[in-house]
Amino acid sequence: MSVQAPPAAIPTPSHIEPPNPSHPASTSPLPLPPIFQHDPAPPQLITQGAEALLYRTTYLLPSIQCALKYRPSKPYRHPILGARLTKHRILSEARVLAKCRKEGVPVPAVYGLDEREGWLMIEWIAGEVLRIKLNEWLKQRKDEKVPEERENAPDGGRIHEGLHVLKGLMGRIGSAVGRMHGVGIVHGDLTTSNLMLRPRSNDTAEGGAGDGDGILDGEVILIDFGLASQSTADEDRAVDLYVLERAFGSTHPRAEGMFSELLAAYGKSFKGANIVLKKLEDVRMRGRKRSMLG
Amino acid sequence: MISIGLEGSANKLGIGIISHPAPGKPALILSNLRHTFNAPPGEGFLPKDTAKHHRSWVVKLVKQAMAEAKVSITDIDCICYTKGPGMGAPLQSVAVAARMLSLLWQKELVGVNHCVGHIEMGREITGAQNPVVLYVSGGNTQVIAYAEQRYRIFGEALDIAVGNCLDRFARTLEISNDPAPGYNIEQLAKKGKVLLDLPYAVKGMDCSFSGILASIEILAAELKKNPEWRDPITGEVITTADLCFSLQETVYAMLVEITERAMAHVGSHQVLIVGGVGCNERLQKMMGLMAKDRGGSVFATDERFCIDNGIMIAHAGLLAYKTGFRTALEESTCTQRFRTDEVFVKWRD
Repeated sequence: MSVQAPPAAIPTPSHIEPPNPSHPASTSPLPLPPIFQHDPAPPQLITQGAEALLYRTTYLLPSIQCALKYRPSKPYRHPILGARLTKHRILSEARVLAKCRKEGVPVPAVYGLDEREGWLMIEWIAGEVLRIKLNEWLKQRKDEKVPEERENAPDGGRIHEGLHVLKGLMGRIGSAVGRMHGVGIVHGDLTTSNLMLRPRSNDTAEGGAGDGDGILDGEVILIDFGLASQSTADEDRAVDLYVLERAFGSTHPRAEGMFSELLAAYGKSFKGANIVLKKLEDVRMRGRKRSMLG
Repeated sequence: MISIGLEGSANKLGIGIISHPAPGKPALILSNLRHTFNAPPGEGFLPKDTAKHHRSWVVKLVKQAMAEAKVSITDIDCICYTKGPGMGAPLQSVAVAARMLSLLWQKELVGVNHCVGHIEMGREITGAQNPVVLYVSGGNTQVIAYAEQRYRIFGEALDIAVGNCLDRFARTLEISNDPAPGYNIEQLAKKGKVLLDLPYAVKGMDCSFSGILASIEILAAELKKNPEWRDPITGEVITTADLCFSLQETVYAMLVEITERAMAHVGSHQVLIVGGVGCNERLQKMMGLMAKDRGGSVFATDERFCIDNGIMIAHAGLLAYKTGFRTALEESTCTQRFRTDEVFVKWRD
């Protein structure tokens, strides 16, 4: 049995030369901490995020799947700074997840962690990242224009239904973000890569099904709380929305016009949400000002 | 086709002449001149003085650029100038010069977005195909990726730009502005060893530098009061070099992190660094380490193209000119605010 957990497949596109061909192993992530090297079925690398490597493994029983988030030390970062950030981020992520679970915000459960070794073990969420689902959906409608103005187009029927599905999804995202803010958590890195669509277990197909293809069905789960913090400040909440708004616009420019649906649902999601939406306008203005100097 | 580019959005006046031979062939740089207005140590460059500098040098530099390029007026196809973003007064001075040339030489004008100029020049020089771009300068901090005819901004500084943070810190310590405050900080940082605690402000793909500037200024004041100050852990005497070192290590780690975040988000493996801060070798090295871990590579240019220059304006302007873009004389204004994503990038697929 191999004790090393070789990271199976790190995506290296063939058209890019490895930066240093004399060290072919240098492009592979670092080995996992020893505690994970004794498992007969080594953790399987799922994705290399910005800060963490995400593995799939099991927790307690071979039948219970879980996600293992490993934050290796970054070679570019000063070790003191790196250790400080890793410790802070793992502990705060666990704390924030626990609080969300307690308050019923849809997030994965925490199973275990070691902030010095840099790992966090959490519940495995089935389904797909929203970015992928949304792009898949948008691609299917490449020729149809998504923004609202087409809603009343003469061929309205199908498009209208499509829009209805997208609106439903935007509403579900807005509510999920609102619930999180309502319990005093800000995410710090809201993008459509950090939202999951979990298929509903029983086929009741509520609140999402519409035009039949079902791509955008499912429950919105918030993931990756590595930059999250506990805050009830309107400013922090507004910055959270601003980050999402901009990431959404740049990732899904075709659906940018639908962001207002998300904000509308957010506005109804908790007491004080409307004040945050007002604050968002200030944050936007500030963001725009940034373009002033060359 | 040949174009001349005039850049003057901040304290550098740049004139460049570029030739685009047949399609698919690399661009030829015929001349690339720059003259920098440097404020004395402890001061920043003021718009009024900078504009005056540009006005007094622009004619001389244009003549010199034409002579060096060995081209005549009839060879020039269009006159490109920086429309924005930048400081109002310097931008205006250069726009006036561009209009004058346009009337004098009977050539059409092309207004260019400064940030797009940086990106296009970086792509041309390095050959990077579709990279995530980190644009870092005295006025801008943006993480950009191309999608559907626009350079889309994924992350940016929410308050001051990273270069502004470095420049203002240099002013606090009265570090020389010649050749550039950032360059002098970089040289000092090489002697630094002690990492002091500074805020680390990353918010998703955005970041913030004003809190870091405030903190490092407090530390600088403390050091001035107490030159015998020692690091509590190692017992080493803390120096100005350590302050520069700590500042660089912290802000560049933030920049690399937000760039990595954008790379993970869009699934890209290439990074291109442009803008004045982009010639910092420590930043380039850190970015290289990050890219290597992701199985990718980093592209950067040297000071000729990183620091504001005329050639990038000539290049981006000529790309637009070839797609039929023109700026009529009546519309040849400039603007302090001009976001990167406002430009319709007709010349890319």
